[in-house]
Amino acid sequence: MMSDLVRDDGRKFDELRPIKIEAGVLERADGSAYLEVGGNKILVAVYGPRESYIRRLLEPNTGVIRCRYNMAPFSVDDRKRPGPDRRSSEISKITADALRPALMLENYPRSMIDIYIEVIEAEGGTRCAGITAASVALVDAGVPMKDIVVGCAAGKVYDEIVLDLSEKEDKEGQADVPIAMMPRTGEITLLQSDGNLTEEEFAKAVDLAMEGCRKVNEIQKEALMRKYSIE
Amino acid sequence: MIHVENKDLVIPGQILADDEYYSGRGTFKENGKVCSSLLGRVSLRNKKIRVIPLKSKYVPKKGDVVIGKIKDVRFSMWDVDINSPYSGILPAFEVFGREKKELNRVFDVGDVLFLRVVEVDEIKKAKLGLKGRGMGKFKGGIIVDIAPTKVPRLIGKKGSMINMIKDKTKCKIVVGQNGLVWVKGNEDMEQLTREIIHLIEAEAHTSGLTNKIKNKLYLTIDGELPPEEIEEVEEEFVLEKPKLQNFKEELEEEERQEEERQEEEKKEKKEKPDIGEVIEEFKRKNKSKDGSLSYGDNSNNSFILNNK
Repeated sequence: MMSDLVRDDGRKFDELRPIKIEAGVLERADGSAYLEVGGNKILVAVYGPRESYIRRLLEPNTGVIRCRYNMAPFSVDDRKRPGPDRRSSEISKITADALRPALMLENYPRSMIDIYIEVIEAEGGTRCAGITAASVALVDAGVPMKDIVVGCAAGKVYDEIVLDLSEKEDKEGQADVPIAMMPRTGEITLLQSDGNLTEEEFAKAVDLAMEGCRKVNEIQKEALMRKYSIE
Repeated sequence: MIHVENKDLVIPGQILADDEYYSGRGTFKENGKVCSSLLGRVSLRNKKIRVIPLKSKYVPKKGDVVIGKIKDVRFSMWDVDINSPYSGILPAFEVFGREKKELNRVFDVGDVLFLRVVEVDEIKKAKLGLKGRGMGKFKGGIIVDIAPTKVPRLIGKKGSMINMIKDKTKCKIVVGQNGLVWVKGNEDMEQLTREIIHLIEAEAHTSGLTNKIKNKLYLTIDGELPPEEIEEVEEEFVLEKPKLQNFKEELEEEERQEEERQEEEKKEKKEKPDIGEVIEEFKRKNKSKDGSLSYGDNSNNSFILNNK
């Protein structure tokens, strides 16, 4: 069928890029994760729960999370001006929002968790990869969670609905639908859509992305198990 | 039905068992399934499932003994860092009683203290005290940092592990329930003890650890293995509320006395009548005397207002 046809980089339409996750890579952070998917290289550090040093942020009945997504100047082909910009502030916000439903911070009132997502190399789909890596780092930090959040994108390229867009496909394609979900219950915590899709195409893209999420989730689990199981 | 075994490594969101099991710490129930909320190991006992986390932050609890570092000296208290998301305070009266002294002459910023959590308020701020044996400032030594969940393993059953290390390295060791360990002794021995403690932390889940550590200690210090002993029954690996070292009984005794004292105080208070009751009594008496309502009665006041 159609999944026998191949894309630009030789993948099938429903095939993920090769993905590698490693948990607990940083010594000084409470939790950390390193993720490679296709040409992306992402490092996430989690600090906390710790005493909230920003008074106005703290909540009396629960903990809060803060997220910072940052792209290294050398992460893209043309040098990126360092520092936060409009895009990275948006991704910081949506990442925090995507992770928040999974966290159970009732036992840590008035505390704060900081998540730092550093994109060392970017090649399309960094926001999903960032969410995937951030939740592994949160688990590594020992933060109580309902489920491991996982992100994955689907999109439309040359009139075909495909999974896990690369940078080239993202630029040339017609639409991009990144989602984040909690695989156990199937709850979606992030849903964005960029481009033009019909209703059917959109439904198909979401289904495909959810399927991709489940596959990535297996790799997340495996990464955590590998790090902490008895040798 | 249960999907995991005792001591299995689980991750958040993993389904552990069906409805007939009880969900303990580190787990939650959703749609009739018991799920893990932490990365840790399963502890199964009488249909109750708990997950013991591999990493965690210390949350202060009343009665715990902790090691803290003075962060700031204020007018009538010290701010103490107790290796937790929540800071501790050591009020001056816990140290001096009624006396007034200069605070920074007694403890200054950077001093490391052995303390007891006297009270934890609703925002989880820990009030600390120094009542108890061995409590106070540490002089010299090093601090080793481990995960608070690994503290019981470091102490071992009835202090077997920690006492063995103490005997062999001739170091003074004090373990705080917040995951800080103070070690003082010969400089080389301090370093060895640090290594040993980190080894215990890393291998807390393996069985036969006490013997393994024993062999390592003998090998490093004496250069030979310990004399063969009659094989002891290996203790079961249970991560529970930390059992404290030799001073534990004394501390508990003190705590019990403290509680008794508090209860007595409460009783005394009860004997003194409540101010509200006094007023009620007063009203009742006045009423019975002349039938008129006394001052302070709300219904009377409102009556006057209505008439106006």
